[in-house]
Amino acid sequence: MAVYITTPSPALPPPSNSVGVLGWMRKNLFSSPANSIFTLIGLYILFRTIPPTIDWALFQADWVGTSRDACSGEGACWVFVTVRFQQFMFGFYPPSEYWRVVVAFSLVGALVAWLLIERTPKKGLVGIFTIFCYPVIAYFLFYGGAFGLPVVETYKWGGLMLTLILATIGMFCALPIGIILALGRRSSMPIAKSLSVVFIEFWRGVPLITVLFMSSVMLPIFMPENLQIDKLLRALIGIIFFQSAYMAEVVRGGLQAIPKGQYEAAEALGLSYWKSMFFIILPQALKLVIPGIVNTFIALFKDTTLVLIIGLFDLLAVVQSAFADAKWIGYSVEGYVFVAAIYWVSCFSMSRYSQYLERKLHTGHA
Amino acid sequence: MSNSKKQFWWNNAQHRSLFFQVLLVALLVGFFWFIGSNTLTNLERRGISTGFGFLSQVSGFGIIQHLIPFDETYTFGRTFLVGLLNTLLVSAVGIVFATIIGVVVGVARLSNNWLIAKLAMVYIEIFRNIPLLLQMFFWYFAVLRTLPAPKQSWSAGDVIFLNIRGLYLPEPIFGPGFNFVFWALGLAIVTTLFISRWAKLRQEQTGKQFKTMTVGAGLIFGLPTIVFFLADASLSWNVPALKGFNFRGGITIIPEFTALLTALSIYTGAFIAEVVRSGIMAVNSGQTEAASALGLHKNRILKLVVIPQAMRVIIPQLTSQYLNLVKNSSLATAIGYPDLVAVFAGTTLNQTGQAIEVIAMTMGVYLFLSLSISAFMNWYNKKMMLVER
Repeated sequence: MAVYITTPSPALPPPSNSVGVLGWMRKNLFSSPANSIFTLIGLYILFRTIPPTIDWALFQADWVGTSRDACSGEGACWVFVTVRFQQFMFGFYPPSEYWRVVVAFSLVGALVAWLLIERTPKKGLVGIFTIFCYPVIAYFLFYGGAFGLPVVETYKWGGLMLTLILATIGMFCALPIGIILALGRRSSMPIAKSLSVVFIEFWRGVPLITVLFMSSVMLPIFMPENLQIDKLLRALIGIIFFQSAYMAEVVRGGLQAIPKGQYEAAEALGLSYWKSMFFIILPQALKLVIPGIVNTFIALFKDTTLVLIIGLFDLLAVVQSAFADAKWIGYSVEGYVFVAAIYWVSCFSMSRYSQYLERKLHTGHA
Repeated sequence: MSNSKKQFWWNNAQHRSLFFQVLLVALLVGFFWFIGSNTLTNLERRGISTGFGFLSQVSGFGIIQHLIPFDETYTFGRTFLVGLLNTLLVSAVGIVFATIIGVVVGVARLSNNWLIAKLAMVYIEIFRNIPLLLQMFFWYFAVLRTLPAPKQSWSAGDVIFLNIRGLYLPEPIFGPGFNFVFWALGLAIVTTLFISRWAKLRQEQTGKQFKTMTVGAGLIFGLPTIVFFLADASLSWNVPALKGFNFRGGITIIPEFTALLTALSIYTGAFIAEVVRSGIMAVNSGQTEAASALGLHKNRILKLVVIPQAMRVIIPQLTSQYLNLVKNSSLATAIGYPDLVAVFAGTTLNQTGQAIEVIAMTMGVYLFLSLSISAFMNWYNKKMMLVER
């Protein structure tokens, strides 16, 4: 009697060399002779760089001590950083007043976190407080001169604190100017439009360093002679103008991405220009360009290092000046790695955050 | 509308726009008048005379790198030229290196080799997120300053030397008859250009292909070589040699240039890599599939289908990266490379005190460079766009 098998026999397992670690390696590392060679070269580079670097930075490194005698010289001498840590953070700010800086930054950190984290209540109120009240509080905390806080002149400000102050104030002031410029560039008024275009293209066409030179050398010539402008303020003015031009282009990108129907609908409702901008167009446009704003902020954050050329002591400048100390000659690599690590962690996390926002805000239209 | 009595003039959109613009102009004029009058009184008080007369005064300082003859007896106007040429030199070489790094890393980032792709990503993420000035300081102070003194120089075959003072290369000295070789090279390049145009036209009309690359390479390398022997041209090398405490002769590449170039190329290269990656990824995979369905070879797909389309996305972004590189080259002043900002807006400004003229000239140069590069790239971009059907 014939036997008919009506059910198919079970599928064979995939060949052992196409699954698991081996299969993954075959597919991703050794898929062709050329790829195998590249992989081996890559592995060799990693082998020659990673272990010595880790050895230098961690295992052979010296961490505790108060002078260079604590360093054996076989690995990194992080003592250089730990001894001068406070100076790297606060510059020449008087140590008894450090708490003011810490409070000011903690406060703004908490406020920004409140605004960024989803599902926190009363965002509007907190936002208004951040925009209008916080700058006043921060001014008195940093500079003093009221409520019994002694005045700390700006030439004593320095280190990471100065870097953060420059970047945040630059950003904070550049955004509204940038929005106005972007609106001006798309305006139907020819004079407003051409002025905006000239302003934007001028600042975008020159390097920041010449802007800083200009603000530090030419502002005193432009102003009445009895008006002395603080060195930090001069740098800030330059940074704000420069940054607002870049911000304007980012915002313009957002304005252009809004479908024409939105403008027409706002007009059809009888809204005036400013009302339609504030209630219809800008909320949508700004939402679209948040990633772009974060990216310009990253660029500004890195660019603040340039103020060392006009003699302000930001983080890099403070570390750079520490190398000149006769007691600590020869530890420049440690100093640069420390500064680079701070910048890298900040910029990398901000860029990841902007990518996350980009995905989250991608709502499909426009 | 005009017959309605209740219509106030400020409710008319045209009148209002006119009013705002007049106000804007008035504010602007007022602002410039304010600045102008302050400037005049301040300059008078400081005893600075305005004008560009200072450009013909003798400068009295030396510059460590000059592409045109320069010493203390030349004028301030000449310092401007020297600085400008140094800026252009480092920008041009930097653009070449940054493009090479960027294309290689950008393609590696898309490699199907996991390790290579990850290495490229690590490169991009590390160098993009560290300030350029810091990288420049690192190369200059932490790397190039640890090179040996001239007496203990590293050398390659006793013709190339590397020490803390710089990199010393042999300098070619062109003997008599060598200008024929240059003429031959020029002729070969022009001929190759004509051949490639002719070959393209012929291919469009008849479909026949011509090996332009082989013929062109043969012409460009072969013709000058033949002429070199025919004209009996001589070429000798001026090899650097240690005399006293320093090397003399040959070409010197100063460490400031090396540090600036390295930092600029690596930093901008990381950005260009991202540009290249986004450009290639922007080409729809259907295009590649359609091309291979037509039976095109892998290289031809890349050359004829992927790259032309990717270029349209890449070029505008690449332009802005090139512009950034040119502008960033001004950081040279921090490590003492004598670029335009260091020499002119730095030393010359300090010596003459002509702040307004000097800063205006410096900014003018960068503005001109930026606007002309972006104009050229816009033109090129339009040319590329026309290919679209």
